[in-house]
Amino acid sequence: MRIALFLTCFNDTVYPQTGKAVVRLLRRLGHEVDFPPAQTCCGQMHFNTGYRPEIVPMLRRFTEVFGGYEAVVAPSPSCVGMVRHEFPVVARQYGDNALREAVDAVVPRVHELSEFLVDELKVTDVGAYYPHRVTYHPTCHSLRGLRSGDRPLRLLREVRGIDLVELPEAESCCGFGGTFALKNAATSTAMLADKMTCVRETGAEVLSAADNSCLMHIGGGLTRLSSGVRSVHLAEILASTEEDR
Amino acid sequence: MTSQRAHQRTNVVWLGSPSFPEAAKPLLRDEQLRSNLRRATGTIRERRLAVTGELDDWEELRTAGEAVKRRTLRHLDHYLEQLEASVVRAGGQVHWAADAEEANRIVTRLVRETGEREVVKVKSMATQEIGLNEALAEAGIDAYETDLAELIVQLADDRPSHILVPAIHRNRAEIREIFTAAMGRYGRPAPEDLTDDPAALAEAARLHLREKFLRAKVAVSGANFASADTGTVAVVESEGNGRMCLTLPETLITVMGIEKVVPAFSDLEIFLQLLPRSSTGERMNPYTSLWTGTTEGDGPSTFHLVLLDNGRTATLADATGRQALACIRCSACLNVCPVYERTGGHAYGSVYPGPIGAVLTPQLVGVENAASLPFASTLCGACYDACPVKIDIPEVLTHLRAQAVESRRARRKVPSAEALVMKAAAAVFATPGRLAAAQKAAGLGGRFLGDTVSRLPGPLSGWSDARDAPVPPRESFRAWWERTEGGTDEEER
Repeated sequence: MRIALFLTCFNDTVYPQTGKAVVRLLRRLGHEVDFPPAQTCCGQMHFNTGYRPEIVPMLRRFTEVFGGYEAVVAPSPSCVGMVRHEFPVVARQYGDNALREAVDAVVPRVHELSEFLVDELKVTDVGAYYPHRVTYHPTCHSLRGLRSGDRPLRLLREVRGIDLVELPEAESCCGFGGTFALKNAATSTAMLADKMTCVRETGAEVLSAADNSCLMHIGGGLTRLSSGVRSVHLAEILASTEEDR
Repeated sequence: MTSQRAHQRTNVVWLGSPSFPEAAKPLLRDEQLRSNLRRATGTIRERRLAVTGELDDWEELRTAGEAVKRRTLRHLDHYLEQLEASVVRAGGQVHWAADAEEANRIVTRLVRETGEREVVKVKSMATQEIGLNEALAEAGIDAYETDLAELIVQLADDRPSHILVPAIHRNRAEIREIFTAAMGRYGRPAPEDLTDDPAALAEAARLHLREKFLRAKVAVSGANFASADTGTVAVVESEGNGRMCLTLPETLITVMGIEKVVPAFSDLEIFLQLLPRSSTGERMNPYTSLWTGTTEGDGPSTFHLVLLDNGRTATLADATGRQALACIRCSACLNVCPVYERTGGHAYGSVYPGPIGAVLTPQLVGVENAASLPFASTLCGACYDACPVKIDIPEVLTHLRAQAVESRRARRKVPSAEALVMKAAAAVFATPGRLAAAQKAAGLGGRFLGDTVSRLPGPLSGWSDARDAPVPPRESFRAWWERTEGGTDEEER
């Protein structure tokens, strides 16, 4: 299958290792992966902060860049949620007919990584090896936005060498919420503190999630405390093999 | 519209408070409050999950509740006129109030016409919304709250911080203090040796309230539902204090938001299952009172129904936002909201706190008068999952955020700092070339900073107060992809 990687602007800029991991993983599973370089951003930050008209050019660009692919995969439930749920809203509110049609055509082909692996490629054992104690935070956009369910955990359970430990109060929001962390910094910090307590209770050395934005928030708190807990994107764990040792 | 909305501002009490982030700060520092809230919301949350989980048709019930509410809102004028006719036919009188001021004026007049100077009250959000107690006080009429939690709030001269559990922010030691200090001012004082044992506290409240029930000639209530076909009004409560008010006095005045009407009496079958399970985690409501007009020799001989608009028809005009009017005030969204759990209700500056308050209040008062509320959420979606009538609260939140931004744009000649940042970001995302240039600049900057940044400037400092920020790598993914020709270079695999 010829798959386009929609890396998202945030991963592209701050977490390129996540993109490299997705490329490696999908190629290892026998697929062609392309990164259309004309891609930029899904506009989620603008949408969630209330700046809707600004998104229209991004939306148009997205449909032009990804419209020709069989499948588009992104390692970010929140950006996929933006495409799947909010693109049609913005297109109907501000777009012309052509844009609405282009959006409706591309949306069903955009997948989040874990759902793409489990639902489209029908694989849970991706041949990964990762000998660490790991706890997994399901993130709100994965859990309640995309309804990804236990797909990420099914993938992690098949990883060889992994010591997967349950995160207490896993379904509670970490307090990131995009610009919420800036606009309501004090409340965000209070939520972060509780999330970090739960992470540290597990004794895990690695905190994983499917969204680097939540990981940046929780991980930023954990390094501030010199907790020794690393934050690693799900894709990077799934891409790891014994040869990496 | 602006002047009309500005007028409405006074119509939902206590919106003069600071914006949500400012109001939240002192509350977040209150350890006692945090632990009271955590314990209370955690307990209710678990009970709700247990009792909603035991019904096989819970999701169908939610869908049915949503359908009835949405249909009613689409034809609200029709059902309200039907309700009015039904109530009048059953011996009641109906009054229409466009806003808080008019509603308060009507109720005050009705109480004065009885010649009484005091009323007992059934717990009611609508009368909280319009500040009825304060309006009655100005007219020399004492209004006594009889719901236990409302009584605690009233005695403490406090404000409710939860829709269903107004005193959720208080623990029993605090309640003992309040009873001892204040009960004597309003009637029978608390016993001198009052302890903080829940049974002792309840007994003190019982004795204090009993005097009021037996004396009162006029009662004021809200309404959970009113069926248009029969004119029946319904109030659900847990203590039976409401029922005392609804049966003992001679005159009953009910103030009801116009969105509380349901088409048929039989629709109550749905809501009387949805409400108690969602709100208190109970299978059935302990006290459900239904009355239809007046009945000779049974209950109040005079019944007034005041139908309150107060921003609701304006809300109804917004096809996305109007779903907030489907709310049945169960509080399930408050109890699952991680933001509410940390701040409590007072930060929302409205009698409607939590997720539903964040979407309802700005619509009732005009979004420019409560512009921080739609942003008081991480959009985690827990509220939507918990809502018994499936109000898509995150959808309304982002919808209102866009309205808040548009209204600020319309009023300001000079764009805000945030608008400039968003504009600049949109320009960067307009072309991949600009994005690549910005990434390169960030990566170069990052080379001097080490692995993480512990202090960020200006508006970003809220982040670095508690979190390290990652430093962008020297090479973005797209730069790597270009250099290695799609990662085909083995070394760069």
